[in-house]
Amino acid sequence: MFVDFFSAVGDVLSSESTYSSGWRLATALGFVAVGEWIAERAGTINISVEGAMLGGAFAAAMGYDATGSIAVGLVVGAGAGLVVGAVQAHFSHNLTANQFVVGLTLNILVLGLASFLNSTLKPETAAAHVFEVPGLVEIPLLGPALFGQPWPLYLLYPLVPLAWWLVHRTRWGLEVRAVGENPQAADVSSINVNARRRQAIYIAGITSGLGGGYLLLGQVGWYEDSIVGGQGFIAIAAVIFGGWTLRGAMLGCLLFGSANSFRLSLPGVGHPLNSELLSSLPFVLTICVMALFAHRTREPQSLARPFIRGLR
Amino acid sequence: MTTAAVAPGAASARFSRTREGATVLAVYLVSIAVALLVAALALWATGGSPTTVLSAMLDGSVRADARWGRTIGEAIPLLLVALGTTVNAKAGLVNIGQEGQLFVGAALATYTFTHIGVSGPYVLILIMLAGVAGGALWAGIASVLRYRRRMPEVLTTLLLVFVAAQLVGYGLKNSNLLLDPTPDQANRLLVSERLDPSTRLPRLRWFGNEFPVSAFVALALAVVVALVLSRTIVGFRLQMLGRGPRTAHRAGVSESRYGGMALVVSGAFCGLAGAFMLVGGDFGNYRLTPGFAVNIGWEGLLVALVARSHPIVAIPAAFVFAALRTGSGFLAATGVDRDITKVVQALLVLALLVPPAILFVRDRRRALAAARDRV
Repeated sequence: MFVDFFSAVGDVLSSESTYSSGWRLATALGFVAVGEWIAERAGTINISVEGAMLGGAFAAAMGYDATGSIAVGLVVGAGAGLVVGAVQAHFSHNLTANQFVVGLTLNILVLGLASFLNSTLKPETAAAHVFEVPGLVEIPLLGPALFGQPWPLYLLYPLVPLAWWLVHRTRWGLEVRAVGENPQAADVSSINVNARRRQAIYIAGITSGLGGGYLLLGQVGWYEDSIVGGQGFIAIAAVIFGGWTLRGAMLGCLLFGSANSFRLSLPGVGHPLNSELLSSLPFVLTICVMALFAHRTREPQSLARPFIRGLR
Repeated sequence: MTTAAVAPGAASARFSRTREGATVLAVYLVSIAVALLVAALALWATGGSPTTVLSAMLDGSVRADARWGRTIGEAIPLLLVALGTTVNAKAGLVNIGQEGQLFVGAALATYTFTHIGVSGPYVLILIMLAGVAGGALWAGIASVLRYRRRMPEVLTTLLLVFVAAQLVGYGLKNSNLLLDPTPDQANRLLVSERLDPSTRLPRLRWFGNEFPVSAFVALALAVVVALVLSRTIVGFRLQMLGRGPRTAHRAGVSESRYGGMALVVSGAFCGLAGAFMLVGGDFGNYRLTPGFAVNIGWEGLLVALVARSHPIVAIPAAFVFAALRTGSGFLAATGVDRDITKVVQALLVLALLVPPAILFVRDRRRALAAARDRV
């Protein structure tokens, strides 16, 4: 059994398509994780990214159906994500409703709305064309994975450093981190705590919507209700798995994306391995990592605690 | 501004109380109306007619033959899940993994009846216990991680839902775990063995409507939960923990004992719901299937939210949500997709989140203004 396992691993690791599909699956998570990372640094566990992703995917389908342009589809998708994020932000950081309750309800609402609208509107879509970056695509094994992909994928490459710069090198980012660590102190320093948290959630909504749009127009090519299927939750897991650093979160996305592509490519190379095990890997790993390193990772100190001035 | 504070006589105090009640009621009614209006708009925008949809839903849930029995059958697990959720919500914990706890409970119940080798009404009790144990175990993992490793229970319960689905899926592929080993059946359908007729829960027939007797168990449990939470020391301590963890700590209420217990009890209710779904006959035709939980866990959570964690209010709320589920079965004839009911459910929950938040903000503004007046 172990020999089988290792030969399966060898077969999979020596094929270029594994890297390609692993990278594709990881980047879909990456879009969401970037935004979720900012939201969590501001102190919100924004579980509505799942809904924002699905809303983004459906809106991207509608946008493409209406205009025939992938770019417009992506913009519409990001817009839909922003709408979901705005609802989440205003319910949880303006009206002080429980953020998890709001997020979960939004996920159900978006799923219902998207499948309801899909059954009546039935948007027609297509996948974006592959754009090969000249020169770089020639790199053996990794070249096609990184630089021979549908073009919306490349949007993530500038997005990650941009997010890092935003959070770690701007005043706004400093305030966001302050709000996530010690909202009382931030409030005394005349930072509008809930406004910063809301803005962070807007960004999470936009990138999740973009991620959903990329999933639809860059990977799958048509809308179905199960297109997201928990990937938003996996992205949240990646952020936690990465110990609330952007580097760690991206690494988590890569790991979980590869696990997923591994699961998908195993039957192709003729090795039956337990696919349930691999599907649950992101969740089990995240729980284990959190349990083992809970005292070592520095989570934002006010994560998931609402801020109401005068109440602690 | 603060009429209650300066009211000189009892009569005007009563008047301001009535007015306060009327305001609260008005805020609730307006937000529910807005939610229903949004749903109607969504229908209308896609060419459906809200009135025909409403009529079809009423037919599907209560009016047509034998339908209210079906609705009761679906309301039972919803109510049980909501009751469990009430317990952890009172302790200030957020459990959003009901779907997984229910599924594990149902799976362990299935494992029990397929491996025990005997059948009969007494085995039913064992199956129930297995279901309870399964749900409690799954919530217990989150509980241990919460109080030993300080991991937020919200995340662990949520992540465990997906682990549960994969785990049961794995069990349903192996004939020595859950998969039906019958030769003509194996490897074709991923379902468990069928429950022996002698081990099934009795079903009542009232006016042409059938529902399992577990309805009465669920109702009784709602009363029990309400009494325990409001009339016993345990309930008092749970509420203390939820409202002020520091006060509870000073008063000697062990956070890990009571909080952990609340989570485990919550999971146990979900597991019981799963076991009742299995032996009751309204779900999966007495077999465990890969999609056995059919969102009952998620929707039970919504029921608890709508009921604002009140066990008795959860009874009608569960019936309404079950009616939305069964009513959606009749929507095919109207040409409207049944997913509209999910939209209605979620909008209702969102609508009911708004009033308490608005009232809270208003009360705080008043209190701040009053404080400023004193200065």
